[in-house]
Amino acid sequence: MNDIRKYFPVLNQEVNGHPLVYLDSAATSQKPTQVLEVLKKYYEFDNSNVHRGVHTLGNRATDSYEGAREKIRKFINANSTEEIIYTRGTTTSINTVAAAYGRANVNEGDEIVITKMEHHSNFIPWQQLAKQQKAVLKFIELEEDGTISLETVRKTITPKTKIVAVTMASNVLGTINPVKEITEIAHENGAITVIDAAQGAPHMPIDVQDIDCDFLAFSGHKMCGPTGIGVLYGKKAHLENMEPIEFGGEMIDFVDLYDSTWKELPWKFEGGTPNIAGAIGLGAAIDFLNEIGLENIAKHEHELVEYAIAEMEKVGGISIYGPLDPSKRCGLITFNLDGVHPHDLATVLDMNGIAIRAGHHCAQPLMKWLQCTATARASFYMYNSKEDVDAFVAGLRMAKEYFNDVF
Amino acid sequence: MSFNNLDQLYRSVIMDHYKKPRNKGSLDENNVTIDMNNPTCGDRIHLTLKINDGLVEDAKFDGEGCSISMSSASMMTEVIKGKKVDDALQLADIFSKMMLGEDYSDKYDLGDVEALQGVSKFPARIKCATLAWKAMERGVQAESK
Repeated sequence: MNDIRKYFPVLNQEVNGHPLVYLDSAATSQKPTQVLEVLKKYYEFDNSNVHRGVHTLGNRATDSYEGAREKIRKFINANSTEEIIYTRGTTTSINTVAAAYGRANVNEGDEIVITKMEHHSNFIPWQQLAKQQKAVLKFIELEEDGTISLETVRKTITPKTKIVAVTMASNVLGTINPVKEITEIAHENGAITVIDAAQGAPHMPIDVQDIDCDFLAFSGHKMCGPTGIGVLYGKKAHLENMEPIEFGGEMIDFVDLYDSTWKELPWKFEGGTPNIAGAIGLGAAIDFLNEIGLENIAKHEHELVEYAIAEMEKVGGISIYGPLDPSKRCGLITFNLDGVHPHDLATVLDMNGIAIRAGHHCAQPLMKWLQCTATARASFYMYNSKEDVDAFVAGLRMAKEYFNDVF
Repeated sequence: MSFNNLDQLYRSVIMDHYKKPRNKGSLDENNVTIDMNNPTCGDRIHLTLKINDGLVEDAKFDGEGCSISMSSASMMTEVIKGKKVDDALQLADIFSKMMLGEDYSDKYDLGDVEALQGVSKFPARIKCATLAWKAMERGVQAESK
């Protein structure tokens, strides 16, 4: 894994006089040269619109764009590329399900079940859908250590439940959720599941057929791909019955003055000129992840988290949120340092070249559950090392000393 | 690194206001009340102002946030208390210029507020410092309408 850093040019710089230690990959990951080169090559040689030109560049662009879709299909083991829809990112993917599936299938008195650990992107679409349809929004309560118990899941999901939306891995607690088992319980009750895999896809292998989820969403930019591209996976049977939510070019079949028909899957959900370069870049990111191996990435992150938690505990005065057992969590650690507000901590670390996240992490209901208004978060990826953890922990000690002793 | 860079931002007078905030609390409900937050980071301020005949007679704040946002709120209430509404608004303007690193009028004695000058060198923290001042501006303007 130590070799991997060389593929990430952005890491090779100083910030505020110190080598950059990037610990904010849960917000967005850095991009390897393999992805950057594909983007450059596309714009320099192949740039053209897709699915319409007879000309050679148009064909090349279309081939690369659709080729990337096949890479994504394989990456999550979907049945067919008809089930892979390009979107702007996880947020758009989930909103599409809420609007296109939710409004047609959720009625007054029905239940939508989510958890208290959802990112706003897998929270507000359901909250608003419940409001519009006069449905009941229910929450799977969390265990004390920030995990989900299947017992609680069974008690929360009922035959009235139509949609269960849950994250694969929490962007705050780091908890990895039993999405396969939750899907099974949902299906037993006649509900469908929507899995937010924004923090899952970059870090662990996904098999949508094994999980048997109905929808799954993720973003390219958190998994070494460009920003502005994401994926919505949906079972073909659902997607076929759903009406598009965006109308215009690219998604139509025949257009008459007073009515129109739609293209077949997946294009009926891709109105307008798509993010062609983004899709091709995401394909390159997936090639890169496959080359490194998601199992290797997950193993490396577990080692870093285990090491970091042990080192952080030695500092003293640090509260770590979420399960302490590294095997139950993904590669991020959310925490607070006594007497130092997370923003102040983030500034001290930034002065040392260390980038962490501070704030509510787009999960305000979870912050309420944790009973804090803000937290700090360090998140790791394949390019981080034990030396990064050491620099980070040294920064924590410095912040502690500065705020508690200097003043 | 040394603490030198940090000392540009975290002056001891700032930490003093953070650890011992002045005018902390809330005036009763007959006064002007403003609640503002910084949605990107979760900082929150609840400001109450007692304004009579164009004069800010009293000011109290409550809230949660980092040392910069809370010390700025403390200093702001201190400096506007007893000032005319117009002067309070001009002070807000001066403060915003200070945060942008622009020249500002030396018409007023800014007191402890001057210690926040260093924030202008930390762009990510300017919003922390201006929250309380934005709340004050909104409150004063609402009252003067």
